[in-house]
Amino acid sequence: MTRITVTVDGVTYEEEVEPRLLLVHLLRERLGKTGTPIGCDTSNCGACTVMLDGTSVKSCSVLAVQADEGDVLTVEGLAGGGGWHPMQRAFHEEHALQCGYCTPGMIMAAIDLLKDDPDPSDEAIRHGLEGNLCRCTGYCNIVRAVRRGAAEMSGHQEVTAS
Amino acid sequence: MTGEPAPGGHEVGAARRRKEDARLVTGRTQWTDNIQLPGMLHVAFLRSPMAHARVTRVDVSAALRRPGIVAAFSGADLAAEQGSLPCAWPVNDGMVIPEHPPMAVDMVRYVGEAVACVVSTDRYKAIDALEAIEVDYDPLPAVLDMTEALKEDGPKVHEAGNQAYVWKFAEGDIDAAFREAPVVIERTYVQQRLIPTAMEPRSVVAQTDGESFTLHSATQIPHILRIMLAQVTGIPEHKLRVIAPDVGGGFGSKLQVTAEEVLLLLLTRRLGKPVKWTESRSEGNLTVHHGRDQLQRLSLAADAEGHVKGLRVDLLADMGAYLMLVTPGIPILGAFMYNGIYKMDAYDFTCTGVFTTKMPTDAYRGAGRPEATFAIERLMDELAHELSLDPIEVRRRNWIAHEEFPYTTIANLTYDSGNYEAATDRALSLFGYDKLRAEQSDRRDRGDPVQLGIGVSTFTEMCGLAPSRVLGSLSYGAGGWEHASVRMLPTGKVEVVTGSSPHGQGHETAWSQIVADALGVPFDDISVVHGDTAVSHKGMDTYGSRSLVVGGIAVLQACDKVQEKARHIAAHLLEASPDDIEFTGGSFTVRGTGAGKTIQEIALATFAAHDLPDGVEASLDSDATYDPDNFSFPHGTHLCAIEVDTETGATRIRSYVAVDDVGKVVNPLIVEGQVHGGLAQGIAQALFEEAVYDPEGNLLTTTMADYLVPSAADLPDFVTDRTETAATSNRLGVKGVGEAGTIASTPAVVNAVVDALRPYGVHDVRMPCTPERVWRAIQETTS
Repeated sequence: MTRITVTVDGVTYEEEVEPRLLLVHLLRERLGKTGTPIGCDTSNCGACTVMLDGTSVKSCSVLAVQADEGDVLTVEGLAGGGGWHPMQRAFHEEHALQCGYCTPGMIMAAIDLLKDDPDPSDEAIRHGLEGNLCRCTGYCNIVRAVRRGAAEMSGHQEVTAS
Repeated sequence: MTGEPAPGGHEVGAARRRKEDARLVTGRTQWTDNIQLPGMLHVAFLRSPMAHARVTRVDVSAALRRPGIVAAFSGADLAAEQGSLPCAWPVNDGMVIPEHPPMAVDMVRYVGEAVACVVSTDRYKAIDALEAIEVDYDPLPAVLDMTEALKEDGPKVHEAGNQAYVWKFAEGDIDAAFREAPVVIERTYVQQRLIPTAMEPRSVVAQTDGESFTLHSATQIPHILRIMLAQVTGIPEHKLRVIAPDVGGGFGSKLQVTAEEVLLLLLTRRLGKPVKWTESRSEGNLTVHHGRDQLQRLSLAADAEGHVKGLRVDLLADMGAYLMLVTPGIPILGAFMYNGIYKMDAYDFTCTGVFTTKMPTDAYRGAGRPEATFAIERLMDELAHELSLDPIEVRRRNWIAHEEFPYTTIANLTYDSGNYEAATDRALSLFGYDKLRAEQSDRRDRGDPVQLGIGVSTFTEMCGLAPSRVLGSLSYGAGGWEHASVRMLPTGKVEVVTGSSPHGQGHETAWSQIVADALGVPFDDISVVHGDTAVSHKGMDTYGSRSLVVGGIAVLQACDKVQEKARHIAAHLLEASPDDIEFTGGSFTVRGTGAGKTIQEIALATFAAHDLPDGVEASLDSDATYDPDNFSFPHGTHLCAIEVDTETGATRIRSYVAVDDVGKVVNPLIVEGQVHGGLAQGIAQALFEEAVYDPEGNLLTTTMADYLVPSAADLPDFVTDRTETAATSNRLGVKGVGEAGTIASTPAVVNAVVDALRPYGVHDVRMPCTPERVWRAIQETTS
């Protein structure tokens, strides 16, 4: 067993974990963070995507011990005092989800995508989300949502900057 | 946040944003795998690595000594109580229904079949202990090819042989149609095996208090499941509660009574503890029922002007190793759709169900109808090519004209409504058909290595399952009605209980829109309850694009009854005759006066019950069960332009236009979403996906790295539009939409690929049309 300290959605946890425990199982089964689901076992689907120290990772491909001293943000930590994150609103407005199982990972990956490219083309969005699979939407509305989320986020940033 | 109501104040027709989204975008969803119960144990299954073998020994004793292991069982340990998994669709009397033990006892018949299980305090320890189980197998030959399987002296999957059934349908004089025909097109098409791949893996949690049982499952069919599990396990139906919490997609794959659901009930009964099992994706690819897998031998007879005279279909359908819930009926659903939207004089259909040593097949989005639509739409393109006609023109010469509805087809279905001309004209205009044909011609003329192909699919389908009488005539094991309850709460809010069980479709939103209009209550004052047999006690669940056209009408009928009860109470309170009471916009008013009461006021007065008319119950709550008279027949025209690099075989969809006619629309946003997702799955069959078994019967595509579910980068943007020909078979005028995109798109894409390669003499490319297959098709005809 290894003792780790990890912050998840603003709360710091100390946990004794087996070295082989996956981050996603730590989140789901130890910390009750079930907002992050598991869709595969080969890191293809991206449903379990979270932010680890500001970068998106597939939490099924990260060991809990690798997150020691780390700061994890899941979909459950996105909404703030002002309500939903712009990307959450955009997914809702554009009907970018149906069953919603891929949605937490898709939203986290979309936010990560915008860090490098705040105003992506449709093609850049499609390639940027290549590692996140959705079986319901055919992706059209996800692309629209990311575009809308990007516009809202850049608008928001401008307001903050001024 | 929930969108604007439609003009005129009607909710039906408005692009309401979904109520479901709030929990889904914030991670507060209740998936089955989220459930943690005190003392809960984890189950893991050891699965057969052999496609076909006698099981001569299973020893779980070493596993029991592993840390954290509470129990371990072989199939023999459970044999006395596990029963046989049900097949509810014996398509004819002679059909062979083999015993299907949830856990193999002395034979395994596909790779992945469960042979033993362990129960542990910990998910990881359960999986660790599987390696300590010893199993001896006595291998038998795998049976993989359907044609080989039907030969007399080959290896048998079951003692009764490899033929499950032969099912026939014939109408008209087929011999005459072919005898006199100047044009006969004969083709063989392969509907490859597919893996449905709902994003949420299956998950089951079972618990008992010693007398009653509760089963949570990621299922499409909590109600059917309850009845079937009661029969298989012997747990009385009234002691078994089934709950489908939030379910992450199904596409038919969760329309099943699975081995794991039965086994977890047995385990909780034996151990008295809550037990949970969640599959890994690799486990799921092996053991979630597969879709399609048919061999289609087709002959079409036509006259010299391209009028279709007759169609012969000789189908081999791979059942896999066993018959699961509706396995044998899937190709039979297709039997009624091979004629598509076309008129013809004669039709002859034969389907042979064949056992192989592979995972059983069963419903997958479209279920029989994509296969049929693919066949006829590919044949219509072949006919057009044979006669040097435009593929649109050959369709125009054969389709049912809009003034001919209702029209009884050669397959004895009566299509209630449709307008194929309007949908096609709209699609051609959006697509820029003539311009793309000009570009195609230009590329052909200059020998461009990147050729352009244009694919057409003018489809219809039968959905909205279904009239109970028709299902009965097809030997289906249940009815096709749907149930709804509408409860008026004292504060004027409304609870709608639906027997339809959503897993992504948006019932909570659409049903709220229907009820808001019917009762005149605000959209936000309505909540929709579903998926728990203790709360929603009656239902036939969700599949076959049936929710709105059956379940939605049941909701409406329950609203009628609420309104009628409220009218009598309103009349009493307003001291008027019920005949003089009008109901509009949520208010009961006395005709010709200003006096009135809102439905909320009536709800409160009914709750208080201080002043009700004599003999009237103190409740407005109402139930309705609706059974339609006919199926639903959505239709549409899909056009696909695809670029094919003839040097590499790579394809790229340049544009895709889908004009669907699903009748009246309750929520255009949800309808468009259903079409988009359907297109993606149909295109996936055309270009990307195939479940592949090796010659020993091992599934090679066990992961998402091997089985290519398309990503955003693999698919184009879609242009979607609608024409609106109201259904005459239900009062909302609505038609099913869940499967339409999948049914229409596969032939549109393959027609486009083949059209691009016509100059090379290519008549077919087997699905999925991978770069290798496209390249080989060119090499074979040009070398």
